[in-house]
Amino acid sequence: MAAIGDEDSITGLLLAGIGHIDSHQRKNFLVVDAKTPLAAVEDAFNEFTKRKDIAIILINQHIAEEIRPLIDEHDQAFPTILEIPSKDHPYDPEKDSVLKRVRRLFGE
Amino acid sequence: MSGTSNRLAVFPTRMTLSVMKQKLKGAQTGHSLLKRKSEALTKRFRDIVKKIDDAKRLMGKVMQVASFSLAEVTYITGDIGYQVQESVKNAQFRVRAKQENVSGVMLPAFESYQEGTNANELTGLGRGGQQVQRCKETYIKAVETLVELASLQTAFVILDEVIKLTNRRVNAIEHIIIPRYENTIKFILSELDEQDREEFFRLKKVQGKKKEAAARDTLERESRQAAEGKKVREGGATESVNPSLPQPSDLLGGDDEDVIF
Repeated sequence: MAAIGDEDSITGLLLAGIGHIDSHQRKNFLVVDAKTPLAAVEDAFNEFTKRKDIAIILINQHIAEEIRPLIDEHDQAFPTILEIPSKDHPYDPEKDSVLKRVRRLFGE
Repeated sequence: MSGTSNRLAVFPTRMTLSVMKQKLKGAQTGHSLLKRKSEALTKRFRDIVKKIDDAKRLMGKVMQVASFSLAEVTYITGDIGYQVQESVKNAQFRVRAKQENVSGVMLPAFESYQEGTNANELTGLGRGGQQVQRCKETYIKAVETLVELASLQTAFVILDEVIKLTNRRVNAIEHIIIPRYENTIKFILSELDEQDREEFFRLKKVQGKKKEAAARDTLERESRQAAEGKKVREGGATESVNPSLPQPSDLLGGDDEDVIF
């Protein structure tokens, strides 16, 4: 599992024990705050999608919004990208890539 | 023009006809099987879509509760974010993928399990340890929900693709392959009919020619006979040999007609 999110979300997820640092000192999580450049988020996302030991990527929805083209491009089943709500940004089902596809499939 | 162009390039014989009939039958069986598969998958797909919708909404609530408990921790213990991030070593909460078979399609399902020791044992040692523990449990539950949702989502993506593929195949068989076989069979049948008619006509023609030849033969013979008869009457010596001569030639003519019919 990997996670990209704001500090609070990451702290919570790490408390649950999903944090991992492998032998190459690579973290499987990225803390994004107001100062993090977009390129860093994109790089982390690309790296997570390429890694073999990651099956699920958790990403805060407001961050997902920023790299939406990348997420829409990713159409493989592995790894699964899951958009999660964050503390400051309530969850909006309308923006989710998967739910959008659901809506499109049912012609709504 | 589609009737002539949309068929296989085969030589019209009876053997190809039977082969084509078998192929058509096979295509029809395959079509009905694929259609049933597609229906089963679609049913499953709709179930999953419904579940995803519910789970997404549930996740919103669960994450809200989790965030709230984290806020409680922060209120009591102060900011633990830095400490938690620094103490990360090995993942304690991991997932592994299982496979589930739905009408020939392998769907992955994630399964979460705990491994190793707790990395954050000392967090909140000073105060608020209970809150930290509670927060941890809440988050573990939340992550479990997320894992479930992730496996649903994976199944959704894979099923989506497989359904599209199956529907494409169903349509290809229904609209291209079956008409093509049908056209080929029609073509072979018409060609065979044509051949039959040609053959019949040829037989008739041969028969007619033979009849003509036979008629000519008898005419000739009769005229010859008449001429010979004259000679015999003139000679008057070979009367006993002459009647036996035309008889074998008559028999020959009868044989020929039998062969024709």
